[in-house]
Amino acid sequence: MAGQEQTRPHRRDGEPDDLPDAPDPGAATAQVGDTEVDDVLAEIDGVLETNSEEFVRSFVQKGGQ
Amino acid sequence: MTVRRVMGIETEYGIAMPGNPVANPMVMSGQVVTAYAQSQGIRPSRVLWDYTDEAPLRDARGFEMPRDAADASQLTDEDPTMANVVLTNGARYYVDHAHPEYSSPEVTSPLAAVRYDRAGDAIAAASVALTAQWPPALAMYKNNTDGKGATYGSHENYLLRRSTPFSRVVTGLTPFLVVRQVMCGAGRVGIGAASAQPGFQIAQRSDFFETEVGLETTLKRPIINTRDEPHAVADRYRRLHVIIGDANHADVANLLKLGTTSLVLHLIEAGAMPDTLGVRNPVGTLHEISHDPTLRTRLEMTDGRRMTALELLREIQQTCVEFVQTRYGGDVDSDTAQVLHWWERVLDSLETDPMSAHRYLDWVAKLRVLEQYRDRDALQWDSPRLGAIDLQWSDVRPDKGIFARLRAAGRVTELVRADEVEQAVSEPPSDTRAWFRGECIRRYRDQVVAASWDSLIFDVGGTAPLRRLPMLEPTRGTRDGVGQILDASPDALTLLERLAAPEGDTGIQ
Repeated sequence: MAGQEQTRPHRRDGEPDDLPDAPDPGAATAQVGDTEVDDVLAEIDGVLETNSEEFVRSFVQKGGQ
Repeated sequence: MTVRRVMGIETEYGIAMPGNPVANPMVMSGQVVTAYAQSQGIRPSRVLWDYTDEAPLRDARGFEMPRDAADASQLTDEDPTMANVVLTNGARYYVDHAHPEYSSPEVTSPLAAVRYDRAGDAIAAASVALTAQWPPALAMYKNNTDGKGATYGSHENYLLRRSTPFSRVVTGLTPFLVVRQVMCGAGRVGIGAASAQPGFQIAQRSDFFETEVGLETTLKRPIINTRDEPHAVADRYRRLHVIIGDANHADVANLLKLGTTSLVLHLIEAGAMPDTLGVRNPVGTLHEISHDPTLRTRLEMTDGRRMTALELLREIQQTCVEFVQTRYGGDVDSDTAQVLHWWERVLDSLETDPMSAHRYLDWVAKLRVLEQYRDRDALQWDSPRLGAIDLQWSDVRPDKGIFARLRAAGRVTELVRADEVEQAVSEPPSDTRAWFRGECIRRYRDQVVAASWDSLIFDVGGTAPLRRLPMLEPTRGTRDGVGQILDASPDALTLLERLAAPEGDTGIQ
């Protein structure tokens, strides 16, 4: 759904930017494919609390500032 | 210096015992803070907070509110026995009513603010890990609402010159804060303070703001908070206390939150922020913009123009860029260059396709994941699964927090390395009084009796009276200014003598 990553006409060499090993958003690897989506969701599935309804219902906070 | 000024972030964390909605949050908060303090060899009862200069009821508009007219939640010295410690990185970690709160040390750049904010998250995660030894488990959340009507804040602090008229701050900052959320919102499932309406909105906090200007922080929340408690030389400085922001996980969003605000404040202080950018109904507009993740809603300006939030933000950005270019040309400091770079990059992304900013902005990253779940599992916005993702997004545990997992997988842009965060957990920033504070805690641990933002109280031993050292100048007490004195002082008494000596030029006051 996110579609094509934006190309970045404003990028200049030597700019303070992403840490060196982070992928360039304009690079080919940044395009969202089905496998990547499945991977992301699968990983999140693995850490989610098992009973969503109870988790949400029981998450109650006192107001702060 | 444009984005650079003394600044800091204070974050109230959500806290819960999964499976036990009635667990006492004050007790839980005390447990996590105490567990962490003890693990650092700081006895929570030993280094007390010095409340002498706290004045939360003082209003920037020029009057103090009598204590008996104040709501109990406006008074900050109600529970002096609750855990409240100063850490070796100069931060304050304590219980603020029903939440653990981490108040970062004073820094001078947006990037350092991000680094020390992430240090707070690491401290929160360490606290949770410590208490996990004794089930049932606790969890902490870096978010701003339970979706049931309660909200808690991540506040920014900016040091301003006292000479800047407060009315100018209100006029210049209000429209900016109304639209800043399109970059800095953390995203939220549910519309309305109690999430009565299904859907997704850009900001966690916007629904809870009801007024334009005011002193309150726990009800009738104002876009501009007028609290006047500088913790510094009062006739020189004002501390602007911004309460409207969401807690950010994404480094770019966090950098832009501190950096663009500091830049706008710079223009306001210079008298260069146009007063033609007024928004007709700031509170209503704040809500409307938050409720429209397509960013297409057009707001009404006081001069009759209609524009989108992005167009107004772009206009503010252009004003800032032109000001910097005119005044500094190519000679702009690297912190400002960094903020301008990311401001441009993010606005370009949002203007092209908001979802393309998913590596930079919290709300976009969250919406992207939620939409992927909706597609895959055919979920409606009122599905508890989406609400659960929203909450667990901000779990501070690196193995359970959804944002933390995304970051570990390289799916969001980082501006601060893990080793830099680790260093910031234990070492104070070198260029503010936080350095002196943190180093004294580290070097003279048993001799520091109490600490606050603008003071330290020492027990020099024997039958001598306690010695209170005021530190009202946030830019003094740096490593450059007093490092040698500390290195030459094996104990607090020697330190105080050297600071008081004529040639010591106390780099503190």
